[in-house]
Amino acid sequence: MPELEIRKTYKLYVGGEFIRTESGRYDPVPDAKGEFLANVSRGSRKDVREAVRKARAAQPGWAAKTPYLKGQILYRMAEMLDGRAESFAALLSETRGIPAAAARKEVRAASDRLLHYAGWSDKYGALLGTVNPVASGYFDFSVPEPTGVVGIVAPETPDFLALVTHLAPVIVAGNAVVVLVSEKHPLVSLEFAEILATSDLSAGVANLISGRKEELVPHLARHMDVNAIADAGGDRAMSKAIQADAAVNVKRVKSYRIADYFSDDAQGLDFIESFTETKTTWHPIGV
Amino acid sequence: MASVKEEEASKARAIRHVAAEKPALEFGSAWEYSPAPESRDHVRLESRYGLFIGGKFVAPKSGKYFETVNPATEETLAEVADANAADVDAAVRAAEDAYRKRWSRLKPAERGKYVYRIARLLQEKSRELAVIETMDGGKPIKESRDVDVPLVVAHFFYHAGWADKLDWAFPRHTVSPIGVCGQIIPWNFPLLMAAWKIAPAIACGNTVVLKPAETTPLTAMALAKVCEEADLPPGVVNIVTGAGETGAAIVNHPRVKKIAFTGSTDVGKIIQRATAGTGKRLTLELGGKAANIIFEDAPIDQAVEGIINGIYFNQGHVCCAGSRLLVQESIADIVLAKLSDRIATLRLGDPLDKNTDVGAINSKMQLDKIRELVASGVEEGAEIHQSSCPIPSKGYFFPPTFFTGVAQSHRIAREEIFGPVLSVMTFRTPDEAVEKANNIPYGLSAGVWTDKGSKIFKITSKMRAGVVWANTFNKFDPASPFGGYKESGFGREGGVHGLRAYVELS
Repeated sequence: MPELEIRKTYKLYVGGEFIRTESGRYDPVPDAKGEFLANVSRGSRKDVREAVRKARAAQPGWAAKTPYLKGQILYRMAEMLDGRAESFAALLSETRGIPAAAARKEVRAASDRLLHYAGWSDKYGALLGTVNPVASGYFDFSVPEPTGVVGIVAPETPDFLALVTHLAPVIVAGNAVVVLVSEKHPLVSLEFAEILATSDLSAGVANLISGRKEELVPHLARHMDVNAIADAGGDRAMSKAIQADAAVNVKRVKSYRIADYFSDDAQGLDFIESFTETKTTWHPIGV
Repeated sequence: MASVKEEEASKARAIRHVAAEKPALEFGSAWEYSPAPESRDHVRLESRYGLFIGGKFVAPKSGKYFETVNPATEETLAEVADANAADVDAAVRAAEDAYRKRWSRLKPAERGKYVYRIARLLQEKSRELAVIETMDGGKPIKESRDVDVPLVVAHFFYHAGWADKLDWAFPRHTVSPIGVCGQIIPWNFPLLMAAWKIAPAIACGNTVVLKPAETTPLTAMALAKVCEEADLPPGVVNIVTGAGETGAAIVNHPRVKKIAFTGSTDVGKIIQRATAGTGKRLTLELGGKAANIIFEDAPIDQAVEGIINGIYFNQGHVCCAGSRLLVQESIADIVLAKLSDRIATLRLGDPLDKNTDVGAINSKMQLDKIRELVASGVEEGAEIHQSSCPIPSKGYFFPPTFFTGVAQSHRIAREEIFGPVLSVMTFRTPDEAVEKANNIPYGLSAGVWTDKGSKIFKITSKMRAGVVWANTFNKFDPASPFGGYKESGFGREGGVHGLRAYVELS
């Protein structure tokens, strides 16, 4: 008789903890063949609210960490993902029904992307900041600062690479995030929360919610304490609704249409810049 | 008017007239100033202005006009066209035509030359422009002459130079213009806001349809004439006058590719909602309620000047005005005593008089709004202090005012008054100052006063605001990015960052 496997229940990742949805609702996630794979939490409006609260509380402390440390923490994520690459690829292959080689390629691309942004932590400020040559006796400079709490609507697929693609640049800029992960393929993203949890990323900086986007996205887009939305859901009608709902507190919305997540065009400074605010400081020059 | 005056008289009993009580400084009454009005003889206003579309002044299809009034005298200055949707459509088509056939094909350096030309022509008309600005908007001539118009010229001059350097500003990208930009501006810095909008837009190769505010259209009309004199290709700059409906027609026009709006947060939200799903690019520069924080180790006399400049500059009609004073408890008494003395010396009156510090409130509507909010401050229990300066019998004026005993929950501590009214609060620790300063949905600007360098960097870095003035206030420059955090909008104007709003990157 074979040994009984331990089935995993995928929980939400909020405030650095793996919690069940307050709603007590779960959805089954099938594998690519339609067989039952696992139950995941069907997150609720209150889960989103709680995640925003945790994100808000965590954001200033995260932003205050040195760029060097932020870079090292992202590097550590890449390190750990590399170490667990086989199990991530297996789960990815199982959930999306893609060949093992394709799954391995996506995991590799994800860890490369983490590494890419690890290296940005102490460089983007130098490229986005300026000393402004004003026509008066003032020292005047502009620096990028984090926008604050950012909601990320992740696309359905490639669920894992896209999650990392949108998460890494936003947190490296000092923001805290609430991510609505792929609705159809949430498992690898939720598995990645285990890496987030052990990477020295401060609790609450990254929060991952699974559930039905139709139900959750409007709450995120209308939330008064969310400062920006990275809208990568890829649904035109949903983008329009997000952009309209965002007006409630003048959220910044960046709607992505990325044809190829594996491309080098799917990374870089622009992905960071969209979630920064430019602060200009003036001081008189004198004695 | 009479009933308002009576009402004010009855309120006056509750008001502390600071000059009468504290005659410590006597600048104002030690000698009399003779009137020193700037001449307006050289200013030729037309009795009626059309719309500036396709390089020509044309009568509006709407057939309607409205009056623009000098808020200091209540005299009608001119009639201005009220553009309807058909007029806006004509302007957008002229702009699109100019964009496709001329402007986007022009060599960038040649584009720059036109913008330089505009800068020079404006400079040569600076005196006339300053007088029109003051007559139409009510701001003191010394401000329109020494701040607004020089900055207008500088903005065109600065952006002209960017026209052929955009590839350096955005490395690794192919830079192209966006197309027709719809731009809607407010009445507090009429010509300056037109410059902030038009200069970067056309320097980057776009064409524009600009709507000035309905109470201050005249300098925009003068700018249209400058565009004509500069031989700017017809349709590159189109100026349509009107109120909210004209603005809505611009925002909703399907051929407008980008909207830039400066104005209230309420209208900004409506525009953000209206452009959702349209693919239109959007930048918003909205309201503010800046904290001006004075620490006990600040240079106090300079700080008091900064407070004055922060809130009474341009009658407080400034989105980045330092309208919330946060003063450290240990120095509150001395700062308030000096503030009382200082506001008693401010000269309120004829905006065209070169000695005037505080001019006219821009419109009757705005005056009513200020009065309403000030009344709410009194009702909610704050203590009002007001200059006892004489108020002209004609025109819209409001004396320099500040409130003490203000709670963070008071309307005067939360809502943008957009008038010469300061709300004073105190704090004990730097953390408390930061907490109070950021405890507001706005995030446009902030001020920090301390002589300690490390404290400056600590506090300025904690301000959730786009522009932070340390040991100064209300400074502007075309090379310096300006814009807000949170509900004060998004996008920057000025500097390299400001160009981003007017280019397409691929």
